[in-house]
Amino acid sequence: MSAPVIELTGARKTYHTGDIEFEALRGIDCRIFPGEYVAIVGPSGSGKSTLMNILGCLDVLTSGSYVLAGEDVSRMDEVALASARNRRIGFVFQQFHLLSSLTALGNVELPLIYAGVAPAERRERAMVALQRVGLGDKSRNHPGQLSGGQQQRVAIARALVTEPAIVLADEPTGNLDSHSTRDVLGMLDELHAEGSTIVLITHESDVAARAGTVYNVTDGQFVGAGTGIAK
Amino acid sequence: MRPADLLASSWRAIRSHKMRSALTMLGIVVGIASVVLTVGLGLGTQKDVSEQIAALGSDLLIVSPGSSTDESGMRGGFGSGETLTLTDADALASEIAVPDASDVAAEKTASLSLEYGESNWTTDVTGTSTSWTEVRSRDLLYGSFFTEEEATAGASVIVLGAETAQELFGTTSVVGQDVTIDGEAYEIVGVLAEAGSSGETSLDDMAVVPMTTMVEGLDASGNSESVDTIYVKAASSDVLSAASQETTGLLLNLHGLASADDADFTVEVQDSLLDAATSVYEKLTVLLTGIAALALLVGGIGVMNIMLVSVTERTREIGLRKALGAAPAHIRNQFLIEAMILGLSGGAVGVILGVGLALALPSVLGSTIVISGLALVVSVVVAVGIGAVFGVYPAARAARLAPIDALRDQ
Repeated sequence: MSAPVIELTGARKTYHTGDIEFEALRGIDCRIFPGEYVAIVGPSGSGKSTLMNILGCLDVLTSGSYVLAGEDVSRMDEVALASARNRRIGFVFQQFHLLSSLTALGNVELPLIYAGVAPAERRERAMVALQRVGLGDKSRNHPGQLSGGQQQRVAIARALVTEPAIVLADEPTGNLDSHSTRDVLGMLDELHAEGSTIVLITHESDVAARAGTVYNVTDGQFVGAGTGIAK
Repeated sequence: MRPADLLASSWRAIRSHKMRSALTMLGIVVGIASVVLTVGLGLGTQKDVSEQIAALGSDLLIVSPGSSTDESGMRGGFGSGETLTLTDADALASEIAVPDASDVAAEKTASLSLEYGESNWTTDVTGTSTSWTEVRSRDLLYGSFFTEEEATAGASVIVLGAETAQELFGTTSVVGQDVTIDGEAYEIVGVLAEAGSSGETSLDDMAVVPMTTMVEGLDASGNSESVDTIYVKAASSDVLSAASQETTGLLLNLHGLASADDADFTVEVQDSLLDAATSVYEKLTVLLTGIAALALLVGGIGVMNIMLVSVTERTREIGLRKALGAAPAHIRNQFLIEAMILGLSGGAVGVILGVGLALALPSVLGSTIVISGLALVVSVVVAVGIGAVFGVYPAARAARLAPIDALRDQ
């Protein structure tokens, strides 16, 4: 097997609110390899959101180490983290987080703007990504003119456009009806089939069932880690 | 991130909040427009005053009674004494005593009521000699000035200012008509061409009579010898200081005074008036500019206020941009450039408004406004600078937002 994309070792995260200390992650070890489709499940308050922030380089560990695609990101400063997010991670959020003032194409181009890609190349790559999610004909539409499912697909195109090491999907179907949910999950299946590494964070076990590996988080620790499908 | 993309991003953010951006700019617009106007008004007034003084002649000496010297703190009474006399004026007119003077005219002025039919008008009536038109650089619109014969005889003739004629007769074509002063009829022999105003006194609302007529008929002061002012016109502006020394020397001699420190009269040059007026208007300009700067400060605070609101409102957008790879500097620059674009647009609109008002107002106010290119350029630069300075704090706040908190914001 090749080197892991994600390698968490003894990951701990402690929050301080005044005098109160809260351990959100209590020593998590985890390796995710290229092409894997992993689901992280757990009830709210279990620490799975914290884990998602750590994996997404949105937050840093209190102790332990996090190696992302061969780079140790656990001691990076804010500027280096921003760059790591830009190059390595494609986010898909529950609330889509599209900018309403931009067209679908403009939204997909955003990560490439921060990567400093020239306009012509940017447009071409964004168009390819939109076509990949089946929205090539909606490139000029603004988010308000698209259905929830279509908006989430634009967000998936935005996540793919930088060819990231992992696609990190945080409750991607939480705001969708059942039809759109099937649509988006089908999309993720397709990406997985094409070789993308996907980390899906959810509290719905039937959504997690799509993944090859499921990690259950409870009280900041993995329970029965990596044991296939948890029902 | 490419600079062009940064600009485009900031520009889009401003355009997507048109109303708010316009209101933010309004403060800058008002500030810059008032800067353009006040600077223009200051410069315009200065220009007006310079022109009026220059019109009086830069080769003119003005001799007033009393002294303005106050080094000892003892003597004052500048312009109020009765120390200048007709004899002084006659002596100054002598080519031997004052060779560098070309013309001399003494003035004795009284405020009198002129009547014509039902209308009457109170104005300053000045008694003087025939050299007055030359010395005061005045032309006649109609008729002619009184003659040497009329002056010597003390004839009942009068020359009216254009405004005075207009007020009394409703027209300036009044040569040959009579006006009545204290029951005596005076024939109008000429009407003066317009000369504008000098400070508070209108040069067009006045009347001129021969000195003899003034002294023997109209003056009620009882002192027939004293005059208010003696104007000495130098042969050229080059010999002005020589003429000034000769005038001072002669008058000291006539008044039996040993030293210039004891002088009971004052000899002034127009240039010194110009300097005094200029310094007054420079101070006025500084004051007005200070007020305009305050307006700009308020405008700048407005920019900061709205930018802070904008940062709060766009917290989620900031979080998303950071998640997609925007470094703190990218976010900071975007907000900073937004503030600077607001400043630039506000400045540009302010300059247009200011110039528009500067073109429209003079016909209403009757004052000159000079539009200075330098002031316009500086205004726009200042406006952009205000955007930058007052944008720093909101931009830094936006850059500091933690991406997870920003994304979670509802």
